[in-house]
Amino acid sequence: MSTALPVLKAEDFTSDQDIRWCPGCGDYSILAQMKKVLPEIGVPPEKTVFISGIGCSSRFPYYVNTYGVHSIHGRAPAVATGLRLTRPDLSVWVITGDGDSLSIGGNHFIHLLRRNVDLNIVLFNNRIYGLTKGQYSPTSVEGQITKSTPMGVVDHPLNPISVAVGAEASFIARSVDSNVKHLAYTLKRAAAHKGTSFVEVYQNCNVFNDGAFAYAQDKATRDDATIELEHGKPMIFGKDRDRGIRLNGLSLEVVDLSQGKVKEDDLLFHDEKASSTLVYMLSRMRRPDFPEPIGVFRDVLSETYEDAVHGQIQEAVQQRGKGNLQKLFSSGDTWKVGA
Amino acid sequence: MSTEATKSSATQPSATQPSASATPKSVKTVSGITVRLCGDSGDGMQLLGTQLTNTSALAGNDIATFPDFPAEIRAPKGTRAGVSGFQVQFASHEVHTPGDSLDALVAMNPAALVTNLADLVKGGLLIVNEDSFEDKDLKLAKLKVNPLDEPAMENYRLVKVSMTKLTKGAVAEFGLSVKEADRCKNFFAMGLVYWLYGRNIDSTLRFIHGKFADGKSVLANANEKALRAGWAYGETIEALGHSYNVEAAELKSGTYRNIIGNQAMAWGLLAAAQRSGKEIFYASYPITPASDILHELCKYKNFGVCTFQAEDEIAAVCSAIGASYGGQMAVTTSSGPGIALKTEAMGLAMMLELPLLVIDVQRGGPSTGLPTKTEQSDLLQVMFGRNGEAPLPVLAAQSPGDCFEIVQEAWMLATQLMLPVVVLSDGYIANGSEPWAIPDVSKMPPIVVTHPTENNNPDGAYMPYKRNELLARPWAIPGTEGLMHRVGGLEKEDGSGNISYDPDNHQKMVNIRAQKVANAAKLLPPQQVIGPQSGELLVLSWGGTYGACLTAVQQAQKEGISVALAHIRYLNPFPSNLGEILSRYEKVLIPELNMGQLRMLIRSRYLVDAVGYNKVKGKPFAVSELVEKITEMTKSANHKTAQSLAS
Repeated sequence: MSTALPVLKAEDFTSDQDIRWCPGCGDYSILAQMKKVLPEIGVPPEKTVFISGIGCSSRFPYYVNTYGVHSIHGRAPAVATGLRLTRPDLSVWVITGDGDSLSIGGNHFIHLLRRNVDLNIVLFNNRIYGLTKGQYSPTSVEGQITKSTPMGVVDHPLNPISVAVGAEASFIARSVDSNVKHLAYTLKRAAAHKGTSFVEVYQNCNVFNDGAFAYAQDKATRDDATIELEHGKPMIFGKDRDRGIRLNGLSLEVVDLSQGKVKEDDLLFHDEKASSTLVYMLSRMRRPDFPEPIGVFRDVLSETYEDAVHGQIQEAVQQRGKGNLQKLFSSGDTWKVGA
Repeated sequence: MSTEATKSSATQPSATQPSASATPKSVKTVSGITVRLCGDSGDGMQLLGTQLTNTSALAGNDIATFPDFPAEIRAPKGTRAGVSGFQVQFASHEVHTPGDSLDALVAMNPAALVTNLADLVKGGLLIVNEDSFEDKDLKLAKLKVNPLDEPAMENYRLVKVSMTKLTKGAVAEFGLSVKEADRCKNFFAMGLVYWLYGRNIDSTLRFIHGKFADGKSVLANANEKALRAGWAYGETIEALGHSYNVEAAELKSGTYRNIIGNQAMAWGLLAAAQRSGKEIFYASYPITPASDILHELCKYKNFGVCTFQAEDEIAAVCSAIGASYGGQMAVTTSSGPGIALKTEAMGLAMMLELPLLVIDVQRGGPSTGLPTKTEQSDLLQVMFGRNGEAPLPVLAAQSPGDCFEIVQEAWMLATQLMLPVVVLSDGYIANGSEPWAIPDVSKMPPIVVTHPTENNNPDGAYMPYKRNELLARPWAIPGTEGLMHRVGGLEKEDGSGNISYDPDNHQKMVNIRAQKVANAAKLLPPQQVIGPQSGELLVLSWGGTYGACLTAVQQAQKEGISVALAHIRYLNPFPSNLGEILSRYEKVLIPELNMGQLRMLIRSRYLVDAVGYNKVKGKPFAVSELVEKITEMTKSANHKTAQSLAS
């Protein structure tokens, strides 16, 4: 008799629902990579739960054949926290967007990260409100012309990675929808991390904000416009890998490696365990002054929220014994009436 | 207070009781006493009141309490804004309210005196700490003249006690700081009150030594000394001619304890969890007057209770929804402003058709309103405060002890019908207390909850919205092989749960969700009426006004008035026989601590021309005002008066 575990395939995670995203949307790519990665993670569909809020990205749970909750705007982190706290046996994913998690749900987002609940949150950042048809989002760039900003956005955008660093998230990463290999790798890393794993995905909305991340997507530009973070390796980028990032005092700078004046050893070596100060500096690397980092910014181990919570429950049981209602009701001062 | 007998005897002996004086004073037996203890927020009046309550309960009296304190934690010392009070009625008969007017008032400073004196009956006992009536104290209370010198004092039996100095003298041997010594004066006052009502000090001594354990035994000993000094002082001074005795009340036989409303709510949740074989996930955000439920529950981690103090009200209810999806007993609590924030998520839970308890401990509104005062003005909010057609069952506790029962009924409904249920309490019953017959846990029937493990659709995918005869859907939980399904806030096709914008399906789903709520009436007992089953006047009440309404109706009945009481605990759906009951009376009076919210529901539902008696002053009803209203509305009362005049 064979006792081998059944091998899961992408089809095992494919639901019978029609997908209703616009043709050409970056979401398709993220869904495809997720379905590719899920069998590799090895958690069966019935032990996997996808939770989302509101927005285009938040339709995601309907398209994977797992358990799922399509909740209300911005609240997926809270729903997921309650589920994961009570069911630590489940693998929980939160799917959200830039409006969902950084605008209406900003509060829940930072509290999820600082608590370090062991779940994965994937933020589809397209710098626009898609489902409501084209208003600017909290990650829209200054000057961006949208349906609600005909003269350009005047808000200063939030940087999701910086916010995550500020909340001291234990796993922070960024990937790009079209960079499928990197995306699959990043999702797997997120799943493997114990604690809250936060992944920002640059995602193209081809209807309302087409090309917002073209620089990071197009083969012609992406090597110069982005830099891949690799743990323990010097920070080098460029089509010809001839430029690097160096730490100069309390600032980062782009240096030229082609002249031989600056050597690889002079560069900043990426360290996923580095202090949050350094991670914050990486998160501020923005075009056009810097290439934008892609990869795992931070991966550190700290106690998960549910471990701490259940640890206290176990401790209470050990110290006082399993609760007894009758004893509790009869504790303290009581008196008898009648027979 | 009615005097029953006067006899000369020493107070009940007790091993730890202070020694009796050489010439014991006489003891007057009375059927009941209402006393209010008031002072500065920092004077320990709530502690004093709680101890007097517990001690009176242990003496077998029936009790009802009314703690009344400001929203500010420490309002400026000595000011009127900082006055904190605790009223307790203890009696040898059943009591359902803390009493309308006071037989005795203990006032620790001028501000406390002037803000509470109006409630003291003429001839009532007034005990003041005369050391705190100096010029500076009068100034803080914004008084030009010392109220103790006013001619109005002749209306009361004023006893001036130099509490501060006497306490200082009593605890001198312990070498406490001036501040520490001063703090002992509430125990001196307690000793005096205990002597006055023949209370046994043993349980308070246990409390003192429990509280000041771990190296603070000096404080424990000092407080005990202050307590005994207060007792001895009562025995000694001439001004207090006699003490009082209130015999034990005739309660149903059983073992009793004192219980506070919020505590009863927490314990009811524990009971509901045990009965349904579930563990509690309790999520809330601190808010007055609901926070004590959180404080209580977080003590019971050894019952498997997981308490989650969320980042806001919305996260609290949403995390509870997540836990419910996972198969846990999910609970969130708040008060009016927090419920407003939870509104959208309550709609989601209703749409997902998941069991959830939403407990609203009402306070004075609107907006931030009167956080520490009571009101019943969230009824329409919880009934209708959601977008779309989103009815939910609404239940309301009627007394502190009833919180224990109602929350279990709510959990039964939530699980049998698969929907969120709202439980209403209010600041008055949440902080109030009463004797509670300890239930036999082994006799509590189970609340049967099942989670399917088999696919309910032989033709294909599991159908999360396939319903039973009550229209409840199955509660399949993650981790169950083959039953994977998605739920969400979008309208869904009945049965499959797939997103559906079909017009007929939407109509069908709205109807089903409404019918499901209506089906709750099938699981609940019919409404009972206290008093004549038909006739001239029915008083219809709900929630925390039960005690006042019942007492008023009973008083009116004693006066020969034809009046009955129907106190409803189920506000949505109404009990199935309520319409029929209403039709049996000529008039219906609905007293509420709001501007007529139940009245609006009753009038629209049953087309009954109900009359309201409405008040929003942050205080519970006085029995007398209800009796007056009942009298005014009944011909029988007028007849009786006419007859007695004629004869």
